[in-house]
Amino acid sequence: MAPSPRVALSKPVGDEIRKTTCYMCACRCGINVHLKDGRIRYIEGNRDHPVNRGVLCAKGSAGIMQHYSPARLKAPLLRTGPRGSGEFREISWEEALSLATEWLGTVRRDDPKRLAFFTGRDQSQSLTGFWAQQFGTPNYAAHGGFCSVNMAAAGIMTLGGAFWEFGAPDWERTKLFVLFGVAEDHDSNPIKMGISRVKANGARFVSVNPVRTGYSAIADNWIGIRPGTDGLLILSVVHELLKAGRIDVDYLVRNSNAPWLVIDAPGTAEHGLFARDGDGQPLVFETVTESVVAARTKGARPALHGRCTLADGRAAVPSFQLLAEAYLDARYAPDAVSAETGVPAATIRGLAAEIGRVAFEEAIEIPQPWTDMNGERHDSFVGRPVSFHAMRGISAHSNGFQTARALHMLQVLIGAVDCPGGFRFEPPYPKPVEAHPTPHGRAEHFGSNKPLSGPHLGFPRGPEDLLVDEDGRPARIDKAFSWDAPIAAHGLMHMVIANAHARDPYGIDVLFLYMANMAWNSSMNTAGVIAMLEDKDPETGDYVIPKIIYSDAYSSEMVAYADLILPDTTYLERHDCISLLDRPISEPDSVNDAIRWPVLEPDRDVRAFQTVILDLGARLKLPGFVDQRGKALYDDYADYIVRHERRPGIGPLAGFRGADGTRTGRGAANREQLDRYIANGSFFSMEIPFEAQFMKHANRAWQEFAVRMGFFDTPQPVTFQLYNETLQKFRLAAQGLREPQPPESHRARIEAAFAPLPVWYRPLEEDAVDRDAFPYHAITQRPMAMYHSWGSMNAWLRQIHTRNPLYVPGEICDREGLADGDCAWVSSAHGRIKVQIARSDAVNPATMWTWNAIGKRGGAWALKPEAPEATKGFLLNHLIHELLPPKGDGLRWSNSDPVTGQAAWYDLRVRIEKAAPGDFSEPHFPDIATRGEVPEELRYGEEWEA
Amino acid sequence: MHPAPSIILFTTASGLGYGLAAMLGLGLVDPASVSAKVAHVLALALIGGGLLSSTLHLGNPQRAWRALSQWRSSWLSREGVMALVTFVPLVLSAWFVVVEGRYAPVAGLVGAALCAVTVYCTAMIYASLKAVDAWHTPLTPACYLLFALAGGLVASVFFATTAGGAGRWLIAAAMCAVAVAWGVKLVWRGRLASAASTSTPESATGLGHIGRVRLLERPHMTENYLTREMGFRVARKHARKLFVIALVAGAALPFLLLGGSLAAGPGGAASLLMAGMALLSFGLGTLVERWLFFAEARHAVMSYYGG
Amino acid sequence: MTSLPAAPASRKLGLVIDLDVCVGCHACVVNCKEWNTGGYGAALSDQDPYGANVSGAWLNRIHAFEIVPDEGSVIGEAGEVRVVHFPKSCLHCEDAPCVTVCPTGASYKRAEDGIVLVDEDKCIGCGLCAWSCPYGAREMDVAAGVMKKCTLCVDRIYNETLEEVDRVPACVRTCPANARHFGDLGDPGSHVSRMVAERGGYDLMPEQGTRPVNKYLPPRPRAALAASAEGARGEDLSDATGFFAWLDGVLDRL
Repeated sequence: MAPSPRVALSKPVGDEIRKTTCYMCACRCGINVHLKDGRIRYIEGNRDHPVNRGVLCAKGSAGIMQHYSPARLKAPLLRTGPRGSGEFREISWEEALSLATEWLGTVRRDDPKRLAFFTGRDQSQSLTGFWAQQFGTPNYAAHGGFCSVNMAAAGIMTLGGAFWEFGAPDWERTKLFVLFGVAEDHDSNPIKMGISRVKANGARFVSVNPVRTGYSAIADNWIGIRPGTDGLLILSVVHELLKAGRIDVDYLVRNSNAPWLVIDAPGTAEHGLFARDGDGQPLVFETVTESVVAARTKGARPALHGRCTLADGRAAVPSFQLLAEAYLDARYAPDAVSAETGVPAATIRGLAAEIGRVAFEEAIEIPQPWTDMNGERHDSFVGRPVSFHAMRGISAHSNGFQTARALHMLQVLIGAVDCPGGFRFEPPYPKPVEAHPTPHGRAEHFGSNKPLSGPHLGFPRGPEDLLVDEDGRPARIDKAFSWDAPIAAHGLMHMVIANAHARDPYGIDVLFLYMANMAWNSSMNTAGVIAMLEDKDPETGDYVIPKIIYSDAYSSEMVAYADLILPDTTYLERHDCISLLDRPISEPDSVNDAIRWPVLEPDRDVRAFQTVILDLGARLKLPGFVDQRGKALYDDYADYIVRHERRPGIGPLAGFRGADGTRTGRGAANREQLDRYIANGSFFSMEIPFEAQFMKHANRAWQEFAVRMGFFDTPQPVTFQLYNETLQKFRLAAQGLREPQPPESHRARIEAAFAPLPVWYRPLEEDAVDRDAFPYHAITQRPMAMYHSWGSMNAWLRQIHTRNPLYVPGEICDREGLADGDCAWVSSAHGRIKVQIARSDAVNPATMWTWNAIGKRGGAWALKPEAPEATKGFLLNHLIHELLPPKGDGLRWSNSDPVTGQAAWYDLRVRIEKAAPGDFSEPHFPDIATRGEVPEELRYGEEWEA
Repeated sequence: MHPAPSIILFTTASGLGYGLAAMLGLGLVDPASVSAKVAHVLALALIGGGLLSSTLHLGNPQRAWRALSQWRSSWLSREGVMALVTFVPLVLSAWFVVVEGRYAPVAGLVGAALCAVTVYCTAMIYASLKAVDAWHTPLTPACYLLFALAGGLVASVFFATTAGGAGRWLIAAAMCAVAVAWGVKLVWRGRLASAASTSTPESATGLGHIGRVRLLERPHMTENYLTREMGFRVARKHARKLFVIALVAGAALPFLLLGGSLAAGPGGAASLLMAGMALLSFGLGTLVERWLFFAEARHAVMSYYGG
Repeated sequence: MTSLPAAPASRKLGLVIDLDVCVGCHACVVNCKEWNTGGYGAALSDQDPYGANVSGAWLNRIHAFEIVPDEGSVIGEAGEVRVVHFPKSCLHCEDAPCVTVCPTGASYKRAEDGIVLVDEDKCIGCGLCAWSCPYGAREMDVAAGVMKKCTLCVDRIYNETLEEVDRVPACVRTCPANARHFGDLGDPGSHVSRMVAERGGYDLMPEQGTRPVNKYLPPRPRAALAASAEGARGEDLSDATGFFAWLDGVLDRL
């Protein structure tokens, strides 16, 4: 036998490693970019990084193909053909910015609200929001309204924080982890690492999801629930826990508003509100002295039930009594909810029993003394090692806000919030709703050539904070914070184009979008939205939405519908900050933030969007962007990241502050801050003192740490709001008992949805359509190897999901005579699509599903028009209208959660019929003109062949 | 398995070529006749053309010479080596016949034996692949050898007829060989139809203890090298029809035509026509049979691809 | 060289794949591609990368299977259909048929660690090794005309320019679910061998007689939730009155 040939075993990977932050999805992992001969040789996870600890997903690993994708825009573009044609001419940046300044300057002078500025996959909302506020338009938001505002708003209003960027399961210590539907392309590495850890520790992992792929595939128990009924399942679990006495009474008394007294005075404006003393402090009934005292009175032993009389003679009961009475009701018994949820009663009982058992029989104790906000010293942290996580599966329903509230209530009832083994807050959270601003955007908040008087987005404390005029009409283009969507904390980006087109509440002059594919997968009713973008005013001959400015790095479908394109860089060519002021990447144990920096120089005439809006801000002479002499304050985004201060000493980055870079959180700007970040792997991480790591909502050590760090200027403890007074105020307004009152048309809807205790109601679309005519559900799942519409322009990722079949449950296939590969018409109350199906049995039997956003329009994303994404791929969006089906009341309601305006993507009801085979999925749109050539073959790295 | 035209052409042509060369080596056609000269050249052309055609599917044909090195373990290497070795006696035989018009018994007999060995090597390339159930049987080399023999005899009948008349025993032998070859092929196919797959989705994943395993999603949506190369499988209904065609063209017609030729007696135009048609028909039938040899074979890897 | 090593290697480097935690995210698939396309041998090319028939060479792919339990089987939730994500790359078989069929000697199994490699300079691209492999571990690179396969990242695991902790295959380093483990399966004391012993690691297609080095760990047994309800401890407070009475008791004890 001859010896083995010599193999080069120790070849250096590349010439240099540059560490930055990934942006192949919103996870924001640390990456090591290996460069060789000025090109990317290899991208791997950064082992030191707190988010991913060295691992990297498929998307991150495909960064090479994203960075070099032929779909990258190359220079600013001005539209030459009609909208949708894809015909443009390249212009200079000077021309592009002058034009944008002229359009925007006119609006700012004449009527600032005629600019609608909305951002999509924006990781710089702290800057874009600031820019919009200084511009003075009331019409700004990011994409949260069609993403997960239900989760965020319910979390903030109940716990002072929600999942993902607000908190995470205690992966290491949890013994039971219950996961509801999440987008598996977001935050995916931490969840994958966490689930794996949970399983390695022998803990049980339960997944509640109509579809059993991805995370659900490895769950110890899969609950294939019927979409939109999660809230009912949770309330049934609450019912079981109450019945079994499996609640943490001490925790409730100390940490929640369970003992707060609720006024019982039906027919008055205060019915159902908390009884308060002269200082506005909520009151409790003290059982030893049998008197009404302020909550948190030292030594008080508050009652959790029993009627008492207030000083003014009115009756009141602890909110917990209302809670217990509500959920002990037999309608929440497992047998009563089994049919609606599609979950066997025994499984519900088992889930509740397991939650109760683990919380109370497997409790853990960490012997770390700590002091609560009342000054009481505790010897240890007690952990109820049951943790939960949920995102869009709950959020994207019109009952999602209340469902998310129900889930948080369950967590509080068993004492599993921010305890060892439970759900744990991530800095700077928790943050009580009182620490958030109220929304701004009413007529008195803005005017010609001046900034908005406060932040756009926030949390109304009651109907008085709505952004409506005297007649109750919306002030914002998306109708956020109006009676349509009173607590629209993230705005309603999905309604902007439809409302602007209908000029309801008013028309706009400029639509300015950043990285949001509104002409395709990010809109409901895609064909309708395309028509609105193409529609012209017969009087003026101009488009109804006259000017559209769009910034993106890639030639998405939306590019073809814009008039002026400001081409963005790729994520490897830019500065960014992952800021604690924005969407943080902290972990429960550590305060973290991070940057991106140009590890490669752009080889095209493109500029980072953030640098561009700083430039536009300076050209428009917006306060905060220019000095007194009108000179630009910042050279570019990097300069802004380092020198901008939101409050004195508080800037976008918390690390390496102070002149010498030794200060953390608070400190003067440090000119070398970015270099320090780069030297540190492009992130900053600071361990939270152990004493401050748990019970942050009530932990003095944490509160002092948070103040020291500059998260707050004063301690901001949180009392968990099981019973929510703000919601009751809206309900009273709807009952005509409180001012301002909603229009007659909105009263029943608000009264139903604004229950102060979590409720479940059928999703609005399901309630509005004939359930027999549309007997099934159709939902999307997020493939872990793609991110929204991204991935199709990536030669490696698109091979994994080149097209998307509709997975149809075996039972439905057999009933409808469908087999693998057949074509089928899928119809909703709004429209129909023709798609190819595949059979699956690992799914709720009434639910069909497909991968999200794989379908593309021919010619977009630099794909050849015959690409399967365009011929066989499809979107469910065509079946989903931004408005609910007419109810005969003359109104068309938004297909959104009535509380937050969250787009109800998953409420869709459909029917399915076999169709003749065809070459295309339908609807099929004309191709967009492609820009430039694409290669016929890739041999990436061939020059480095060994 | 993907029925690559180059490989089908190669095995059919070289099989027929080696069969003819072997029969010529046995001296079955009058060495002095023009027909014998043509037959020798044709045999070499079929063999050479087949070998050339087989290099068409190589990714790097310029390195094909390396394939001669691993004769100790690789049937493909052995085939290459044997093909070259066999050329020596075959070219010698052809030289004697074409140039000198005489039969060289030693070269002829050695050549005939080596032809058989080479065909056996070719067959063993397939028969040695455990991953392809259909092929992994001694019946595979039996078929290849018998088809080469039958093809060689049918061709010899034709050339003997053109040379003035084939002996009755030669025609009878050809008829016999055709019958036996297809008979064994029927047994081969019977085995294919009745035998259970060695590997199944359950054994491929090791998850059969949980239940029935079914592919839900391919790893990548579009075709890849594996599915293109090994994913092809002709529909059963289609295969049945094609096999009937193969049987009619490759067995029934040649058998009847040879019988006709036998009945017509040596020397006549009718007998010549029938012998020629028998050869053509047999060749055609063999091509279809070879196509099915690939197209009906399932590769174990398809257990991972839902095939 | 086409012959297998005369004496079985004492070291058998390979992978252990944990099907209990693989979520099918394709991280290993893509990281493998990016590492190897600029690494060992020819680039892993992609044909028609932006068109209808996009198709590239990959050394590791993840299949997804649906498993319908047989009637009456009580593994996990009775009657419930499972999805198992199934990563697959070269198993570095001890009796590797791909090695012995190779006519040129390009395909070989290293005596020192059992890794099966292709010496691309000798490969004629005949494809026979791919035919001989029941697992589909070998894929021809259409552009280079040579056979590509998993090298177990031989250019990482011995790479002295990498930190020691990084001297593992790219797929193992990148896997977010910790579903991939690398080690010496010839050493019964190695962490991978112990894992195989503890979890019942098994061979794919044992009937092919290839004796793969890579092992798969089966999904762990699961207990139905409904079983937890039986014998659950706790109160039985059938109505609000009973509940509040119980609550008073608890409050008294606080």
